[in-house]
Amino acid sequence: MQALVQTLIYGVETGAIYALIALGYTMVYGVLRLINFAHGDVYMIGAFVGFFACTQWLPFKDLSQHPEAAMLNVVLALVTLLLSMLICALLGITIERFAYRPLRNGFRNADAHFWGFVIALPVTAFAGAMTTTKRQGVFLFAGVVIGFIMRPVMAYLAKRIKPSGSRLNALITAIGVSLMLENGGINIFGADPKFIPDILPKRQFNLFGLVFDSSGLIILAIAAILMALLRYIVLYTRPGKAMRAISHDIDAAKLMGINTDRVISFTFALGASLAGAAGFMVAAFTNIKVVPLFGLQPGLKAFVAAVLGGAGNIPGATLGGLIMGVVESLVASKFPQWRDAVAFILLIVILLVRPAGLLGKNTAEKV
Amino acid sequence: MLVIQDLHVYYGAIRALDGISIEVKEGEIVTMIGANGAGKSTTMRTLSGLVRPRSGAVMFEGKALHLLPAHEIVALGISQSPEGRRVFANMSVRENLELGGYVHYKKKAQIAEDMDRAFTLFPRLKEREAQLAGTLSGGEQQMLAIGRALMSRPRLLLLDEPSLGLAPFLVQTIFQIIRDINKTGVTILLVEQNANQALRVAHRGYVLETGRVVLADTAANLLSNDEVRQAYLGE
Ligand SMILES: Nc1ncnc2c1ncn2[C@@H]1O[C@H](COP(=O)(O)OP(=O)(O)OP(=O)(O)O)[C@@H](O)[C@H]1O
Ligand SMILES: [Mg+2]
Repeated sequence: MQALVQTLIYGVETGAIYALIALGYTMVYGVLRLINFAHGDVYMIGAFVGFFACTQWLPFKDLSQHPEAAMLNVVLALVTLLLSMLICALLGITIERFAYRPLRNGFRNADAHFWGFVIALPVTAFAGAMTTTKRQGVFLFAGVVIGFIMRPVMAYLAKRIKPSGSRLNALITAIGVSLMLENGGINIFGADPKFIPDILPKRQFNLFGLVFDSSGLIILAIAAILMALLRYIVLYTRPGKAMRAISHDIDAAKLMGINTDRVISFTFALGASLAGAAGFMVAAFTNIKVVPLFGLQPGLKAFVAAVLGGAGNIPGATLGGLIMGVVESLVASKFPQWRDAVAFILLIVILLVRPAGLLGKNTAEKV
Repeated sequence: MLVIQDLHVYYGAIRALDGISIEVKEGEIVTMIGANGAGKSTTMRTLSGLVRPRSGAVMFEGKALHLLPAHEIVALGISQSPEGRRVFANMSVRENLELGGYVHYKKKAQIAEDMDRAFTLFPRLKEREAQLAGTLSGGEQQMLAIGRALMSRPRLLLLDEPSLGLAPFLVQTIFQIIRDINKTGVTILLVEQNANQALRVAHRGYVLETGRVVLADTAANLLSNDEVRQAYLGE
């Protein structure tokens, strides 16, 4: 009995993480009907930001030598949390701006500027790397100049690039962005596992004969706070209402004067920041190592959680995440080898039994 | 006020508008009538920036609407109650109206005032203020769509089939309301299946056929035009 409750508690903790990630999937699906497969990789970036902040950027103290510095570390951990969220939000906005928006609206002059540099800089950097000269700055400078020259060329080409309403194109783009982040991560961070040392004092509480771990409680508390904040934003603020309007009917939302591009950007920022928070917390408060493929499994499982709760449905994503975590930890306690299969069995079952998801409804519109 | 010049609109390879030119002067009620698929809704959607023309222009007080994103068009003072109502079903009546005033979000007092006005115009909405829009009856949804479009204080109001699905006595009410709105200084472009009623409230009318304007005249002349009577008034 006790072991069962313990397993459940562990499941809820894992589930809270899945829920945080699933919220991003479901919100983006809501506004764009797009499965943003790069979302799991945003979670990975959140973990890396956490790793660098904890080991290099911020003056965390080693608690085994300076036990009195606990308070400082708590403050720094909060800063790191916010930093992960912020950087991931910016990443989310960038992904939307340069990968999905041109697909939706066609290629604009502002895109031409960006892609001019994206093409010019790596080429000159590569040329610089091939030569033996010490004056690499010349190549960087040349890259910038060529980037500027590329602009009119790209702008000319831009007129030929038409928006694509195709779902398949968007999906392929999402997978492309995901691969880019994963392999870019391997290239930049290296494939070796990174580990965040204990930044907060670890305690265990015994209550009613159950053992509560301080790290698990921190994850739960922060996840709960973030979800409450999200709920407030979505239900009561102007961009939140605009988001709901877009999810329901994007053309009607435009007729209200809603700047849909800006709200979609906001949606990506919101979802990505939750994933960033989750990434940092898992990296810092569990014993999972940080690698560039860190987001692959949790990303897929959170995606299943979003479908389970009803794609596009925000409370559904939370529920789906929690169910996912609990079921997984129940199964794993008896049949550990089945742990990673649980998600896909759940996916198949839900698609067969209730494709709209637990809380999703197939509402009929009055005509 | 509004000038549509030689508008060509395509959905992929399908041609919906084949060179339409329409003018709406300040203070007028202008109606577009035509059979199903003639391109009336497409014209409205193009005016609001939901579809982009392949060629041609839409000028509103000297500004090129066809180059602007939809939300800027609303900010200029053009709003639309679209065909099929398109209310936000999972939000309350009040929230729907609030979204109608989205561009004026900073003017709290104005929004409250406009909401009161919408409730006076449609007392039924007042009773159902907190109800989800999706659970309203079809006619109530239509009132909500019109009320919502008024919340942005448009100078040009686009109404796409506002009487669709309404009981006959409500149709009368809606057309009376259209007159009243117009009297407050709002210019109206009206699309209607109910050509008879539309031509009675409108000052001028355009008859559309497969993406072209085939007739343009004052509403009174169109009402007494034999072809129009046969084709659209069922006589
Ligand atoms: N999204 C779309 N994709 C492809 N074709 C479309 C689309 N919307 C409209 N059309 C086509 O464009 C033409 C004009 O349609 P539109 O909706 O403007 O007609 P309408 O005059 O409003 O008709 P109704 O009186 O039935 O509302 C029709 O032939 C229609 O089939
Ligand atoms: Mg129509």
